Amino acid sequence: MTGFSALLARDLRLVWRRPGDVMVVLAFFVVATVLFPLGIGPETNLLARIAAGILWCAALFAALLSLERLFAADYEDGALDLLLLAPWPLELAALAKCLAHWIVTGLPLALLAPLMGLLFGLSGEALWAVAATLLVGTPALSLIGGLAAALTLGARRGGALLALLALPLCVPTLIFGAGAVEAVAIGEGFLTHLAILGALALLSLATLPWAIAAALRQAGE
Amino acid sequence: MASLHVLANPARFRRFSQRVLPALSVVTALALAVGLWLALIESPPDYQQGETVRIMFIHVPSAWLSMMGYGLLAALGASLLVWRHPLAALMARGAAPVGAVFAAVCLLTGSLWGRPMWGTYWVWDARLTSMLLLFFLYLGHIALSRAYDDSERGDRAAAILALVGVINLPVIKFSVDWWNTLHQPASVMKLGGPSIDPSILTPLLVMAVALLLLFIVLVMLRTETEIDRRRLEAAEMAL
Amino acid sequence: MVNHTPFIVGAYIVALVGFGGLVIASLLARRRIKRELSARGLSGERGRR
Repeated sequence: MTGFSALLARDLRLVWRRPGDVMVVLAFFVVATVLFPLGIGPETNLLARIAAGILWCAALFAALLSLERLFAADYEDGALDLLLLAPWPLELAALAKCLAHWIVTGLPLALLAPLMGLLFGLSGEALWAVAATLLVGTPALSLIGGLAAALTLGARRGGALLALLALPLCVPTLIFGAGAVEAVAIGEGFLTHLAILGALALLSLATLPWAIAAALRQAGE
Repeated sequence: MASLHVLANPARFRRFSQRVLPALSVVTALALAVGLWLALIESPPDYQQGETVRIMFIHVPSAWLSMMGYGLLAALGASLLVWRHPLAALMARGAAPVGAVFAAVCLLTGSLWGRPMWGTYWVWDARLTSMLLLFFLYLGHIALSRAYDDSERGDRAAAILALVGVINLPVIKFSVDWWNTLHQPASVMKLGGPSIDPSILTPLLVMAVALLLLFIVLVMLRTETEIDRRRLEAAEMAL
Repeated sequence: MVNHTPFIVGAYIVALVGFGGLVIASLLARRRIKRELSARGLSGERGRR
């Protein structure tokens, strides 16, 4: 397990040294979220109804932004080759990198989004729903995005291709994440949605590290 | 299973295909002719939907075949990654655009069916939305396999994507169904096909068989081209 | 009652253009690659490498 923690610690340390990378992603989230009322109009009822979808979509795009670099830096400076030769399973390394991505992207987004929710007139339980669903849902996004990043390492038009690959696969998480807030709006609880998001996260955890490792292996060949 | 392994050799497949394709194409054309005659002329208008049921004869088989096509991509992907069948990569490259076109035809005919029935060219019903996402998955597969100068890298990446995608498809379908029932009042009729009346079953099945044959013909044809294209690449690299 | 005919015709035209276009494009691509192969002196008939 030391390989896992070492890799995780290294990635987190790299981000710590350059916090601007993370700040940019969060700033993008804020700006993107604010664009929607500007584009749609300030009517409070309408905004409250579409807030969940907007927050979730903006979070999705923001999470995607930082994915291109997830493996690219290691790929370029040869660290990926070292990972391929390391004694611990590549699947664990993939998991460590996705976890690092989640800690610096998904987690802050889950904390920031409720604040943005206030701008849309959400309150009380709805804000909790936003935070909780993003918290439980973003790990799956990091794993799916990690797969897309590994598949597009060194590809032409890598960034756009990464989004094309990842976004359809993220749709289930998006549906249940945004749907949770709607459920709150009509008076039902969001626990079912949260449970399904958890199941999606577990499904991703059970399948994607192997797919990511396979993708990394054939990137290294 | 041994015969499948035999066909995994591209050169053998090519010889097989060149023998079989001309005859198969003729059979396909005949099947299409019969199917179209049944669909357009012989079958009566459905009592529920009138003439527009004729659109179903294209829309429904296209849906089936595009889904089958993605299953094919996943099977070929597994074949490539697990058994390293060289033909699998080439056939996947040839088949993906075919499945994508079937998905596109399904979407467009579904839209044209919906307009006279519901008044708009697009309805966010569960099946059309799932098909739209399947179309995007196809686009991703096509783009990924062609995103690398090293074709084999693209083939293997696309294979992994197809396998992950096929696992994801039921999840996507489930979540889109959920999303759809959430947002639609119960009184709206499902946009799905009419209940299967015997008079429309025959043309539907005949068209399904004919379009399946067309699918097979297209995949074989395009796989031949991919085999040749790979040989061309190998020759160019040898220079 | 809306006239359904243009939609039915439209749907079949979509199918014709979609499938027919794919058939034609595939045939043209095959011909082009075969020509390039034989231009390099590699006959398309010998399957052995």
